[in-house]
Order: sequence, then structure tokens, then C-alpha cells
Amino acid sequence: MTVHSGRGFACINYPIGMNLGGDPSQALVHSTPDGKFKVALSAIDLGQGMKSVTRQIAAEALGVPIEDVYVDTADSDTGPHDMGSFASRGTHRMGNAVIRASAEARAQMLEAAAEELEVNAADLTTDGRGNIHVKGAPSRTITVEDTALAAQFKQGRTLSGRGIFLVPMSDVDPETGEMTPVSCFAHAALVVDLIVDDETGEVEVTQINSAYEVGRALNPKLVEQQLIGGAWMGVSHALYETTEPYYPDRSHGPEDFNLYLQPGPGDSAPHHLSILERPAPDAPFGGKGPGEMCANPVLPAIANAVYNAVGVRCDSLPITPEKVLRGIRANGGAQPQGRR
Amino acid sequence: MAKTPVTFTLNGADAATFADPGQNLLDCLRRGVGDLSPKYGCGQGTCGTCTVLIDGQPHLSCLVLAETVQDRSVETAGGMANGPDLHALQTAFMEGFAAQCGYCTSGMLMAAKALLDQNPSPTRGEVIDAISGNLCRCTGYEPIVDAILSASRAPRATERSA
Amino acid sequence: MPVEFRKDLFADERDDNLAEIGKPHIRQDILGHVTGRTPFYDDHLFDGLLHMRCLRSPHHHARIRSVDASAAEIAPGVVRVIRPSDVPVNMNTLLSLLNFGRDDEPLLSPDKVAYKGEPVLAVLATSERAARDAVAQVRVDWEVLPHVLDVEEALRPEAPVVNETYPGNAFDYHEKYDHQKLRFGDVTAALVQADHVVEGEYQMSPIEQAPMETCGAIAAPETNDRFVCYTSTQALFFSLGTAAKQTGLASSRLHFIGGTVGGGFGGKVDSHHEPLAILGALLSGRPVKYQWDRAEEMQVGAPRGGERWRLKDGVMNDGRIIARELTGFFDAGAYTRLSSYAVQKSTGHLPGPYTIPNVASNVYCVYTNRTPSTAMRGFGITGVDFAIECHMDKVAEAVGMDPIELRILNAYRDGDMKAHRRVAKNCALIESCQVAAQKSGWSLSSDALAASSMRDGGIGWRGQIPETMIDEDGRIGDRKRIWATPEPTAASGPHRAVAAGTANEHPATGAAPQRDDMIIEAERLGFKVSEDAPGSEAQSVPEPRSAATPHEPARRHVNGGPSLPPAARPTTHSAPAVPVAARPAQPAPTSIADDAKPSDPPPTVAPADQPIEPGSRPPRRPGASRFISGSRGRR
Repeated sequence: MTVHSGRGFACINYPIGMNLGGDPSQALVHSTPDGKFKVALSAIDLGQGMKSVTRQIAAEALGVPIEDVYVDTADSDTGPHDMGSFASRGTHRMGNAVIRASAEARAQMLEAAAEELEVNAADLTTDGRGNIHVKGAPSRTITVEDTALAAQFKQGRTLSGRGIFLVPMSDVDPETGEMTPVSCFAHAALVVDLIVDDETGEVEVTQINSAYEVGRALNPKLVEQQLIGGAWMGVSHALYETTEPYYPDRSHGPEDFNLYLQPGPGDSAPHHLSILERPAPDAPFGGKGPGEMCANPVLPAIANAVYNAVGVRCDSLPITPEKVLRGIRANGGAQPQGRR
Repeated sequence: MAKTPVTFTLNGADAATFADPGQNLLDCLRRGVGDLSPKYGCGQGTCGTCTVLIDGQPHLSCLVLAETVQDRSVETAGGMANGPDLHALQTAFMEGFAAQCGYCTSGMLMAAKALLDQNPSPTRGEVIDAISGNLCRCTGYEPIVDAILSASRAPRATERSA
Repeated sequence: MPVEFRKDLFADERDDNLAEIGKPHIRQDILGHVTGRTPFYDDHLFDGLLHMRCLRSPHHHARIRSVDASAAEIAPGVVRVIRPSDVPVNMNTLLSLLNFGRDDEPLLSPDKVAYKGEPVLAVLATSERAARDAVAQVRVDWEVLPHVLDVEEALRPEAPVVNETYPGNAFDYHEKYDHQKLRFGDVTAALVQADHVVEGEYQMSPIEQAPMETCGAIAAPETNDRFVCYTSTQALFFSLGTAAKQTGLASSRLHFIGGTVGGGFGGKVDSHHEPLAILGALLSGRPVKYQWDRAEEMQVGAPRGGERWRLKDGVMNDGRIIARELTGFFDAGAYTRLSSYAVQKSTGHLPGPYTIPNVASNVYCVYTNRTPSTAMRGFGITGVDFAIECHMDKVAEAVGMDPIELRILNAYRDGDMKAHRRVAKNCALIESCQVAAQKSGWSLSSDALAASSMRDGGIGWRGQIPETMIDEDGRIGDRKRIWATPEPTAASGPHRAVAAGTANEHPATGAAPQRDDMIIEAERLGFKVSEDAPGSEAQSVPEPRSAATPHEPARRHVNGGPSLPPAARPTTHSAPAVPVAARPAQPAPTSIADDAKPSDPPPTVAPADQPIEPGSRPPRRPGASRFISGSRGRR
């Protein structure tokens, strides 16, 4: 028995938002009487952090502390229409809608403050800590709370905003495939190190070095969660997962987690991760959705590393010990391709 | 179908319900008693989202007959905090970004608590062993293992006595 | 593992001086998660809850001669048996909400099943166990039919018809072809001129999304003649719209609550639970839960579908890829769901993040007798990225080149023309490659290290739409009459050329904000505007803060009407600027002192005989969705 080490590379880009557009998102923002803001969405938080990232976007766009903003998802009676949480569209589409809704609420807020301070609203700005002041004159100030109270009980004004973001639907040319698919792309490149046991065919990932370009990490910890977890899923897809192990034959389909295999907590390899940020002009603060693309480069990088280790091209997923062993046998033994 | 009365201790307080024949503890806790913190993930004992402690030991509540907890002590994630004071594990999961969708979290916390209750300073390998019956589809496990290790070293002042 | 932020890269495009954006705030929902109090859909208790279970096909393909549910109807605990005839609108296709595709899938199948696990009848009972027991007592007289499981066998003339709505076993594109075409340049001619031709076939296996929370919904009558539905859906209004359509209830009578979901990964879009649960509540007057168990989640729940890709690359000795042909088969299973859309999404992604002067693809959405497939993380892209990136490794080996350097050489750059005829911008593939190589200690040549996404793009041919050969092979129905090889270069019918052209911008741009109040101050968005635009003089790269950004003030029409987004404007394509005859036989080489390779001219392609109208048409705007416009009629 010999264990062979191999190294493989892959890089990808990933389209952000529903292909061809036509997928609107709406947001509503309103203030309580004392200047705390509520964001109502029908978007879905399925773990990617929709509630959290839209909260930060709203706070930034409103110019108020994050503690003063809460996001509610999702009740079809109170949250306005959103297409849904898929196609890496949540942050991009809903983020833009929240910016617009927050901008409108902010404009109302600055107008109310201007009336109290007896200045022009265009001369006001926020300090992000709950105060509104005249640009260049921090002493001429009023709190967001006093502004909201005045707006509600004195001026009869709402501090609220509506936002919608829609990339209008476009079509595909039947002859050439000409289309306007999406407006921005995330990127990733990844080097996988692994070992292959030429007696059992087992593959063990030993290290991942990666670079992910996400536009802007709107919340770096949420991005890290997605990328680490997503790369784990990529390893799982590459080496373990399928509902039809002998596809296109339908036999041996797993019906529980004893047969539908995934790496466990003891199978994790060190993942050294770099995040690049090239802000996309039409994305909220430049941020692209990182959640879907993170698994994609792992699959081919593992296949390429297996080839580097033992000279077997596994062009069919998942790369099971059975396929690796059959490949090694067909080649008359492992054929390491040389260290990289 | 005759129901069976079951009385037990849930998170330190008396609990009583009537169990249907064959009803599992998961269903009994959720629908009978109203403790919704243990989650249904597979009903087959393969995912760990329904993990609870029975007399301090981790069990998959979907595989436990409800009537077998008569006079025993059951702990769930819903009872981990001492009033407003979070258990060290809960704090570590929060601060360590060890949850995404949150569906496996209750079971993970119970598996981790069972470990730390018996082994306050586990090795990384021991933590991995302890949660190896609990699946997570979001995080890739590393943040969870890190959070449990971090809780094991954290001050235990806020932990309630078992 | 510590995460490294390369703030040094693209620093001149980014203003990092923001208050809340970029901060590692803990999740808003985390306290609920760690205390077990986060309310998922199943965490809502109802007195008198009924449980729904479905009778499912044990066969891949069978006709239903008769169904005898008489024993189930009188079984203990059974409240109601729901039959196909109880479903007000039993046929649907998910993307009917976008007017894409024909209704092809019953909620409960009345006559025929086309996959193992297809539901034909639902039982409502007072406990899950009673529902299961009752389902086991239903007797169905099946007439087993021949089935087909392989995508390419399904396209053959003798294959059984899986889905009667699409009798050729392939989705219809543009009411014309049984596949989606992509044509850019002349792949056939370029493959002849290539130093190497590298071929490969790749297979993505079906994969289960496997969220820890299984799919489900609880519906209950509300006190105001409405129905509340707690759901695990990933798309609240998608599911609401589907439920309204299939139950025949006005959408105003539906109240959907969700938004907190135990993982999705694409597996919670299909919206089958909501209409059935609401129908159960409607028919029984009681709360109804329809929840998949794990076995259903794995074998009945739609997975990421199998995908088969064949690639053929023409590559020069120096590593430049001059042609890429792709043939893709998305295995939709028995019904369309979202696979038709995945085909177009993947087509728009081709040929991957590389600038290749000649690209052609035929991508098929094929029906087979298996569980319908649907979205999953990386939808429409994961499978073809696996194929492309495995193939790049083979190409590198064929020309004896470092695999990362091969990628950097061929990488797309700002200003390059993509195969779908839009200009690339905001590229960062090269930098990602460089950083990953550096982290792993993978040494690169100085040329590869010096390359940049912001330089050398769009120059000469790189920014142009080439003269393109098109064909009309694969018309709907042809393949079933006469078996034809599905590769683009195997097209046997007449070819014709559409003229070359220059960049024609139809940027995907958000509709302008409807009121000026909704426009945020530009300086608060975190972009820096660099003074000298990177990239070439020939193709100016769209800058942040250009008119294309969604946050800019609306440019209103004189009449005060809403400004049409560029994609909807009836512009004509400006492509055929240069008549073919006047086009130089070989594009003049452009000179880039430092790195000439990426802009070397593509091989000469024989001019076509009869250039006709440009194939690049302005994008058509399909009929606005009834869903979006809100004009869906109530039944």
C-alpha cells in the first residue's frame, strides 16, 4: 500500500442574481416614535444571514447605529414582495432595495431634523451614533430620537421608506444565445492538497488554500461562515454525495444519512482562506453574494489533485474509492504526475 | 388507543403528559409538553438534531419511547440558559459564529454539554467524537468544534448546576 | 483558520471607511438559535392538527388503471382522502410565474406516473402514523410502461415519451429548438487550425440538498376566511403564488409566514407542500401539516440534477485556447421544475471565465423517468464548472503548461467580449489565481504574476463580436424523427454567417429608483472613483458611479414616464458595422509590449458566403408576468 499526495487547482466565476433578471425585491423601512427603525421584508433567512446583512445595510444607509435597526422576515401580510432566496440574489437584489427604502426614510429624517434645527436638510448629515448635525458644525445637532419624536408628535411626518430593486427581464436569442445574464460576478481560485491510498482508493483532503473575491465582505464573519461551510460542501460533493450512486441506474439510492455520506467533524482539512474585494458597481456597497459559488471550485480542484496524485482522471462525480481503484487498475498501477 | 401518563423532570422542573402508544420522546416533548427546542431532522436516529440529555447522557429523542423517561431527568437546549444568563456553550456558539440556519444547534449544544459536564477540558479529538453523531449542513463543523473548545476553557460561573 | 483580507487589492476602487458595513456584527438571529427558540415552520402548534401523507408510485413509469382507496377512507384516524380530482388546478409548472414553459406537472397524478415516488393521492389523518397506515391500504392497478433513465437515450427516436407536454423528451426553447444554442465565432474552422484538440466528457451526479430541516408546510383556516400557511419555503411569494394558482384561492386569502428556514440550498423552492397543505385545510376545515420524512427528502425531493457535458477545445502550442465547443445535457427528471432555466443560466456562463474567440454550445433540458430535479447551491453552474476546470487541467497537460498559468493566460479581463455578447467588467479571476497560488506556495512565472484583470482586456479582437456561423439544427421534433448527433459542430443543415460587430452594451441594470428620495448619496456607498480608467483606450471599463449604477438619479423621459431600462429599449444592434467583404482577412495584430499573448489574433476563419441579418437582436421583452403585474385572475 502506498499513499500518494497530489495537488490540484481550479478557478471559477459565479453570476450574481437571477439569470436574465425579472426578479424584483421590495423593502419597507419605518421608524418607531423614538427613532428606532424596523425593516420589513418577505425575504428568507435560511442560514445565509439575510436578516443580519440587511440589518447592517439598513443601518449604514440610514446612518444610524445597528442596535437601532431590526429586520423582520417573512410575513406575506407585512413584508412586501420578494422573489426569494436563491440564485445568489438575496444580498444583491434585496440589499439594493433596502438601500433605497433606507434612503427615503433618511431623507424624511433629515427633513424633520432640518425643521427642528431651522436649517436646510441638504446641509445635514448623520454621525452613525444616533445624532444628526450640520455638516462641518457638529455642535448644531439633534438626536435621531428627538427628530423622530418631533416628526411624529409635532410635525405629523413619517420617517419611512419604500424600496424596490428590479433588473428588468430580458430574453435570449435563439440562434446565438445572446443575452444579458447578470450584472456582476464573484470569483474564486483554490488549491487542494490531498492524499490517495492506492490500495483502498480512498481520498483524503489534507489542505485547502483559497482566494475568494466577493465584491465587498459586508459582514466578514458571515462571509467566512459561507466560504468555510461552502468549501466543506464542495469536498462533500466531490468525494461523497449522490442520491444515485450508479447514475443513470436508479438502484442503491440512499434514504438516510447512514448511506448519504458527508464528511464529519473529524474529516475537516485546514482551509487557509483569502478574501478579495473588488466592489461591483451595481451591488450594495459593492458586495456580491458569496454563498453559492464557494463550493464550485472545490469539485474540479479535487479531481485534478487526484489525477496529480495517482494519474487517474475521475470525470464522473462523486470520486468514490471504487472509481479511483478502477482507474488505478486500468492504468496498471498508480501513476503519480509529479509534485507541484 | 390508550394513552400512557408519563411524569419526568424537564430542565429541572416537573413535567407530565400522556403518551400515545409508540410515541417517541421527540414528539412527546414538542407536542405533548411544548418544548420545541429539540428538532425533527430525520426520525431515523441518523442526524442528531433531536439530541436531548436523559439523566445526563445524550440520547436521540426520535429513537426513545416517550414512556421510558418516566421518573427520569430530561434536559433540552431550551433549558440551558439560567434565566437570562446563557450557558458558556451558548455564548461561545454566538460569539464564534458556530450556527448558520440554527436547525442543528439545539442538538449540537446538548451533545457538547454532555461532553463538558463529564470532561470539562476535552481535547479537540474528544470534542469531535462527542458531536460525531450530529450533522450540520451549513458550517463545515470547524466553527462548532472551535466554539465548544472555547467554552470548555471559559469561566463556568454562569452554568447552572445539573 | 484565520482568514486573510487582501485589502491591498482593488484598494483604489473601494472606500473602506463605512460605519456598519464591513463590521463582524453577530447575527441578529443567533440568540434564538442558541436557546432553541428560533421559530421554524414546524414550531407552531395547533390543536386538532391533521397529518398528510402521499401514496407514491413504486414504478419509474406506469399508467394508473384504477385506484381503490375504500379501505383507507374508513381506516382509523382518517379524515379525508384527497384525489387528483380534488385539486382545483392540478397542472402547473413552477416558472409559469415568469411565463416560462408550459404547465406540465400535476400536484397529484391522475392517469400516469413518470417517476418512482410521484404522488397520486393524499391522506389526511389525525396522526402521522394513521396517515401512513391508511396510505398502505390504498390499492392501485398499475400498467407498467417502458422507461428511460439516460439523457441521451431519452433523445433517441425510440425512447418512451416521459412527459406528454414535451413529447420529444426535451424542453422547447423559443418555440423553435429542442435546446439552447450559443454561437460565437466559428468553432468548426478554428478547431481545424488549432495545434491541439482536447476532448472530454464529464458527469455530475444527482445531489441532495439535505437541509437539516426537511421540507414542509402547515396550513390552517384563519378566523377571517383566510388561510395561514407556515412554510419552509425559500421563496415566500413564489410559494404563495403557486398555492393560489393550484388551490384556486385568491392570493388575498392566503397569509404566508416563513422566513426562518433550517437550511435550503435550493431544495425548498419547488412549492409542492404549500398548495397541498392549504388544500387539506380547505377540504377538512382543520390545520394540516404536510412534511417530508428524511427518506422522501432524499429520494422524492428534487435534487440537483445529473448533468453531462462534452467539451472540445482547440488550443495553440502557446496555450491560447482558440475554440471551445460544449454539449450539455441537464437531466430534468420527469418534469421541468427549474431545469429549463438552468440550461439558459449555464449557457450564459459559457465558456467559463475565459476569453475564447470561438465558442459554440448546445445545451439540452432532457426528461427522464426519475425524480424531477431542481435548484441547488451553484445551480446551473456547478456541473459545468466541474467540466470546464477538469478540462482546463487536460488542456494544460496537452500543451505542457502550468495549469494556473494556462488559466491566467486565457482569463477574461475588463473590456473583453463574452460569448453571450456583453462586455466583461469588474473581473477578478487573475488576481484570485495569483493569491491562491501565492498562499499555497505554487510558483508562477513573472508574466503570470504581472497579469491583471484591469489591463490588456478588450483590445482588438478581444473586444469584438466575431463573424459567427449559425445553423438551424435541432428544430423541435426533428430529433425524434431522425436521430441527429446533438453537438454544435455536427449540425448537418445549412449554415449561415452573421456579421462581426463591435461591443454593444445591454448592461443588466436595475430599473431606476421610482423617486429621487430613494437615491442614496453616492459618497455613502463605499466606492472610490479612480481618475484614470484601467483597461484599454478602446474599451472603457464601466466605472463605479457611472450612469449604469442603480443608485444614480433617474434620467426621466421628457414625457415624465418611467425611464425604460436599457434591456427593454427597442434599440437595434449596432453590430454589423464592418461588412464581411471589407473585413480584413486577418485582424491587424495589436501590440502590447509586455504581454502579447492574450491579444494575439484568433485564427483566420473563412468568411461566409452570404452574410445576412445580424443574429444579435435586441433582447426581447417577454410578456410581463401575471404574477409580477398582479393581474392574475381569481378563480
